[in-house]
Amino acid sequence: MSTAVKKEHKSARPERGGQATLVEAIRQGIWEEMDRDPDVFVIGEDVGAYGGAFKVTDGLIDEFGKERVIDTPISEGAIVGAACGAALMGMRPIAEFQFIDFISAGFDLLTNYAAKCRYRWGAGLPMVFRGPCGSGVRSGPFHSLNAESFFLNTAGLKIVEPSTAYDAKGLIKAAIRDPDPVLFFEHKKLYRLPRLREELPADDYIVEIGKSRVARTGRDLSIITFGAMVLTALDAAEELEKEGLDVEVIDLRTLAPLDRPGILASVKKTNKAILLHEASRTGGIGGELAAILAEEAFEWLDAPVIRVASIDTPVPYSPPLEDYYLPQIKDVVDAARKLAAY
Amino acid sequence: MDQTEKTQQQNGGGRDKRGRRRRPARARFQMRVSTKYEPRKAPNGKPLSCSTETSLKPAQHLELYRYLKLTRLVEERLVNLYRQTKVVGGVFRSLGQEATAVGSAYALQPQDFITPLIRDLGAVLVKGIRPRDIFAQYMAKAGGPSGGKDLNIHFGDMDRGFIGPISHLGDMIPVMTGILLGGRLKKKKFVGVAYIGDGGMSTGAFHEGLNFAAVQRLPLIIIAEHNHYAYSTPTNLQTAVRDLAEKAAGYGIPAHIVDGNDVVACYEVTKHAADYARRGGGAVLIEAKTYRRKGHAEHDDQRYVAAGEIEWWETHNDPIDRYERYLLECNLATKEQLEEIVAGVLREIDEDCAWAESSPLPEGPQAAYGVFDNDVVPPAFRPGVLEA
Repeated sequence: MSTAVKKEHKSARPERGGQATLVEAIRQGIWEEMDRDPDVFVIGEDVGAYGGAFKVTDGLIDEFGKERVIDTPISEGAIVGAACGAALMGMRPIAEFQFIDFISAGFDLLTNYAAKCRYRWGAGLPMVFRGPCGSGVRSGPFHSLNAESFFLNTAGLKIVEPSTAYDAKGLIKAAIRDPDPVLFFEHKKLYRLPRLREELPADDYIVEIGKSRVARTGRDLSIITFGAMVLTALDAAEELEKEGLDVEVIDLRTLAPLDRPGILASVKKTNKAILLHEASRTGGIGGELAAILAEEAFEWLDAPVIRVASIDTPVPYSPPLEDYYLPQIKDVVDAARKLAAY
Repeated sequence: MDQTEKTQQQNGGGRDKRGRRRRPARARFQMRVSTKYEPRKAPNGKPLSCSTETSLKPAQHLELYRYLKLTRLVEERLVNLYRQTKVVGGVFRSLGQEATAVGSAYALQPQDFITPLIRDLGAVLVKGIRPRDIFAQYMAKAGGPSGGKDLNIHFGDMDRGFIGPISHLGDMIPVMTGILLGGRLKKKKFVGVAYIGDGGMSTGAFHEGLNFAAVQRLPLIIIAEHNHYAYSTPTNLQTAVRDLAEKAAGYGIPAHIVDGNDVVACYEVTKHAADYARRGGGAVLIEAKTYRRKGHAEHDDQRYVAAGEIEWWETHNDPIDRYERYLLECNLATKEQLEEIVAGVLREIDEDCAWAESSPLPEGPQAAYGVFDNDVVPPAFRPGVLEA
């Protein structure tokens, strides 16, 4: 018998460009695409009045109405399936997983329906499935996942994970305009990180899917990584610079399809490679990258390729445990020293 | 419905112990299952026929007959092709349950969508997919709608409102929910029929999809084909409800039970449900009681079926026999007319089958195309070994 008094709350329309954190950049990108294209809509749990668990969709419902910002039951299968159906009808859904961990509940429809639809009968599905991923924020085994490895072996899904605000906005806009399904992973540790706040252009821009970025140029060895680990790699590179080691950092940005020319160009220049990622080691993307280097850059390598990744356990909750689980700057520095001495 | 109203009257209007006026008790749990079209025994032990209460016109009656025969005879041809090893995969029959698919799909309008199960070939044909496409798909030919990339009715035709299924049962329920959601956003008016069985209703995807459609009041019509077996598993090992229609109560939507072997009843009940959904009523569930006379696929020896069961249905409750009897008894057709229809169907099957047989198999490297839009991402060709 509660008489709910709804708080008068209206979130401001984001600026175009200006100073933005990663989360603000994504919100700007979604907002601009919804403004530009009436076929774009948002679907997910608590994305409407509440604005999403991390406020990525904050204010969209006030601007675009509940027809285009759809709150769903707790049903990831229904979210993915409904996105597929709507995409078949010519819409461009942006579906949110509240945490990327819950993507497992939509796995069947993602891998069997979404991924195979164009291949089976030519019906391409322009859709974005986005959500917060990543560990290091003391969230335990069910709110810390890095899910890319589950999907790397599924043909038909593109996978994107930005590490800067500029890329986040450019990539979300590219993903929304892409003719095929895109999994868009947002590292929750980066969402509001002051270090990532930067000035975004006011003009419309996209960042092409499938292209890596040189986050730091160097000539002695390459660290190939993505997401929050780009910052770990950059910090390690700074430390190594003091020892006279000139480290290049490649931010993959897109994990599927991989930017093979970008990866190979860097390693052919530095002749040594560290593959750094946050997901656990066995079966991680590092293995795939190592295989590419072994097959296509063997003659350029002056040392073994080294994987630095999380240990093969679920993501633990307690800070000392999680810190042990995750690759730290020190782990990267140690690996780089070994490689340099090789 | 009637019973609920009666209960309300009985409880209504009185006063409680303290003399306060008591409001009529609202039925907390209201079963809204219509049994108007449920299976009934024929009077005086006469053989079963079809419902005579119908809005079908004479020409439509004949067209329905044509689709029933087309479905059965296309499947029979597929069995022949299978035995000649021309079908690459398995053949899945709808023998004995053709009336459900044909009657329900026939009640729809051209703009409406269906997503059938493997045993709903009849619905696919009613939606205008040609037998040649079906033959080519089963024989994995380049000329089939999926170019040999997928099997049987696993393809789609958006212009004809046909969304092919995938093997994962239940998955098409949320997909059809999305079709209807997309239609609403595009301001298009149509209803969607999603077929499911006594087995597929046990999946999580079925529940998630129907629940979401019900919440959104989308015009989704679920046709739950109760054909007694999911592969070899009988319904009592699949669910504890007696009638699949009972499940509708869990979604707050109405349900109908229909004799799935009475093509006229299947038509009428679907038309009724489609009208309801079109008017904005939301989702509806129709349970069609029928029987799967063949195994899961051609290889299945049906050792799990009680002796005499299949023969009983074949002799006493074949949907096409029943419909022929009905057409002749009601003077809606003559024997000669029916024979003429069958001859026409066979000619079409011969032509389409010949076309599909003459279509080549796809070239191997075609496998590399179409994972993504190849204007954006190149085809996934097999890489050379140690080629720079």
